[in-house]
Amino acid sequence: MAGAIWCVVEDDRKGTPKKVMAEVIGEAARLGGPVEAVWLTDKASEDGLRELGSWGATKVWLLENAAFAPYRSEVWAAALAELAAAQSPKAIFGPVTSRQREALARLAARLGVGIAADSVAFAMEGDRLVATRPVYAGKLLSKVTWAKQPWVATLRPNVFRPAESQAGKTAAVERPGVKIANAQMKFIERREELSTGLPELAEAEIVISGGRGMKGPENYVILENMGKVIGAAVGASRAAVDAGWRPHRFQIGQTGRTISPKLYMGFGVSGAIQHLAGMRTSKVIVAVNKDPEAPIFKIADYGIVADLFEVVPALTAEFKRLLEK
Amino acid sequence: MKILVAIKQVPDTATQVKIGAGGKAIDTAGITWIVSPYDEFAVEEALRVKEKRGQGEVVAVCLGPDRAKEALRSCLAMGCDRAIHLNDPAWTAADTLTTARALAAVIKQEQPQLVLCGRQAIDDDMGAVTAQLSEVLGWPCAAWIMEESVDADGKNVRAARQVEGGLEVFDLPLPAVISAQKGLNEPRYPTLKGIMGAKKKEIKDVKASDLGLGAEPPQLSVVALEALPPRPPGRVIQGDVATAVKELVRALREEAKAI
Amino acid sequence: MRLTLTDEQQMIQTMAREFAESEIKPVAEELDREERFPHETVKRLGELGMMGMTIPERWGGSGADAVSLIVAIIELAKQCASHAVILTVNNSLYCEPILTFGTDAQRERFLTPCARGEKIGCFSLTEPQAGSDAANQQTMAVRDGDHYVLNGRKIFVTNGREASTALVFCQTDRAKGRNGVTALLVDKGTPGFSVPRTEEKLGIRASDTAEFLFEDCRVPVANRLGEEGQGFKIALATLASSRIGIAAQGVGIATGAYERSVAYARERKAFGVPIGQHQMIQWMLADMATTIEGARLLTLRAAALKDAGQPYVKAASMAKYFAAETAMKVTTDAIQVHGGYGYTREYQVERFFRDAKITQIYEGTSQIQKLVIAREVLGGDA
Repeated sequence: MAGAIWCVVEDDRKGTPKKVMAEVIGEAARLGGPVEAVWLTDKASEDGLRELGSWGATKVWLLENAAFAPYRSEVWAAALAELAAAQSPKAIFGPVTSRQREALARLAARLGVGIAADSVAFAMEGDRLVATRPVYAGKLLSKVTWAKQPWVATLRPNVFRPAESQAGKTAAVERPGVKIANAQMKFIERREELSTGLPELAEAEIVISGGRGMKGPENYVILENMGKVIGAAVGASRAAVDAGWRPHRFQIGQTGRTISPKLYMGFGVSGAIQHLAGMRTSKVIVAVNKDPEAPIFKIADYGIVADLFEVVPALTAEFKRLLEK
Repeated sequence: MKILVAIKQVPDTATQVKIGAGGKAIDTAGITWIVSPYDEFAVEEALRVKEKRGQGEVVAVCLGPDRAKEALRSCLAMGCDRAIHLNDPAWTAADTLTTARALAAVIKQEQPQLVLCGRQAIDDDMGAVTAQLSEVLGWPCAAWIMEESVDADGKNVRAARQVEGGLEVFDLPLPAVISAQKGLNEPRYPTLKGIMGAKKKEIKDVKASDLGLGAEPPQLSVVALEALPPRPPGRVIQGDVATAVKELVRALREEAKAI
Repeated sequence: MRLTLTDEQQMIQTMAREFAESEIKPVAEELDREERFPHETVKRLGELGMMGMTIPERWGGSGADAVSLIVAIIELAKQCASHAVILTVNNSLYCEPILTFGTDAQRERFLTPCARGEKIGCFSLTEPQAGSDAANQQTMAVRDGDHYVLNGRKIFVTNGREASTALVFCQTDRAKGRNGVTALLVDKGTPGFSVPRTEEKLGIRASDTAEFLFEDCRVPVANRLGEEGQGFKIALATLASSRIGIAAQGVGIATGAYERSVAYARERKAFGVPIGQHQMIQWMLADMATTIEGARLLTLRAAALKDAGQPYVKAASMAKYFAAETAMKVTTDAIQVHGGYGYTREYQVERFFRDAKITQIYEGTSQIQKLVIAREVLGGDA
């Protein structure tokens, strides 16, 4: 409907919305809604549609077409733009993901409106929306606003409080017809990363990170063991990545991934500005380093000054004890 | 093959940034400026495409004030053949869309086969220009690429995008826009010869009117820049490792409720 | 008066700084500890056009001016003094005299590969009995047809083991004293030319310092640089120029130690505040900053005079003398700022302290520099 806040669905590519959608929908509801989901997929699951409703979407605009998978920005942006032109939402939100950071930017250009990427807070000031975004390596916050609707924005995962799932709440599903753009780009293949069996870095609620203090690539196994116990992703500092100890996709920081988990634990991470840029919005920060002067202690909620090779096994055992209770 | 690289000049990460008078932008006094690191990957990749093909031209483009010429000169020193400086008071408050439109207008004049950008500039971290530029041009686009190869007859680029859990590989018919992610390459240092030769290369000044563009107000504007709210003071847990670890787990569970 | 670098000089400075920070800094400690010559990074410096910076492009160099060379050396020495001296010796003590005094055939053969950084050159003047007293050359070259037969021993040759060719000073006519000194280009592998040993040193341990032995070593007359008897003049002119490079090395060593001290003073706490807030630390940092700036300006001025074609012997000696003394004083204080940690290998100021000492000794000791300055000041009277 006109004046709705749209939440563009990020799914697992198998027909189920990702958990991060509860955060996007939760924030849209806090801003006053009405909240509608827009789902571009080749195949939506019934469970998925129910889940969107239970989080608080009053309507799901379901664009189900084989052309939406694999994702291509040309196809997504055109379909979203056509629907937006017809329905006039006041805002279009999506989580920061590889697809949406590109598709929503492209959509904003097509609609001739602004985009606030990687936002960490929103507030209504009168009848305008103001988004807060970290800038300059997270050293400052920038508050931005739009010249006109729809307000397009992407939301940093793990920052916004997720909507509670409420049984019985359902969304009306509408299947509008949209023109499918002729894609110029052609999908060739998807190459899976070797699975670590641990959560994806950008989505994980707990992230463990190893820095130069890890001394070498062979030692990351102790962090992975802890990751398995507490369900954490394992990342690395730039120093460790540049030394060739970990592939680049595990890098946290300015030239790597920006994360905002509920719990971040850095082991042998000094806390260079580049690293802080990628993790300083984490809710709880734990630092373990044998150098008491390491800059990371300045932003840590809890610190232990000790040799990580003593702390990690002890901590893993302690977590195990706690979680087995 | 003509390749255009869009770059931005940004403060060096290590530079202290302070909020300037007016509260909407940083105080630029004393700042060390650099080419945004992802843009350096883009420049490097453009040079490699040209070198691999044995011919071609690499044109660096930057929208920014007078000081941005330094950034363009660095690109020329790395090996770009010439540069275009989009410099006009009309672009002072440019948002990503204004920037994309200005770049698109230059691209229409220059008609490159391939446009490379960095995945985002490390000042405002918006990361939107690549996609918006491709939309304005109506070209295909692939952001955050880790690999690329242009085919022998210059009709197509195969690009691998970094996505959650893997890489997605696409063929894009040229002309196309792609943006560089870290890991694509290791940028070269400019050689002495490159530096000495840079001053002989052209940096063309372009104003909005040269592109047939007016001064449109930005679609997204900054209301205020603010310092980070201070984090509550943390504490260093004392005691031997066994004691400290027990206390940490207790605190994470009971105080922080993080586990 | 203008005291700013040109855009080009600034870009060279930035490139050298980034290279030194990314490529040299991570290996500097290890190279020092293992006394290992940095083949890999020296090769990269060559590819970047840094090994023959002031040599024209025609002869394989980059055609940069002396100021550019100086700012680059400072950046290298901020991370590793050994790299700085390896480059300075190749560029200023080997390539420059061949450019100035050599024939085109000699430039082609001996200069171009070294200016490109494909090979390395060295300069061999010092002998067991001829250090500061350089005219007292004992190494003899006796003409035999179209060859000289060379006999003698040379010491303290920087780059000596790694060099492909040595610029060797010797006597062709002992009776003429300094006017009997001649310069020869001697290739490694020439029969009778051996490198019996290299020195174990206090500092600049990644650079090699070799001893040369010549035993009936036959060197073609075509390898003579300049005329017979012109050697001493060549040596003095060359040393005046390369002194500016050593001054830059001193400035770089001092700056490297100073920057590490400032960072440490901001981080390290004592009595509840960063030690940089204590006045006695502030005094030391202020002295460091001021003397370094003085040394830097003297050094750049000497290079600027050289670029302008003006006499620069006095300026070069002043720069070298002051920069060397500054490097020694600043690195001593840098250890003091770091306290006990400064005396350990964990913080790098200890290496800078050891590296600084040589700048007061080689290419004319501080005492010799004062002699040169005094002579210049008093004119012909001293």
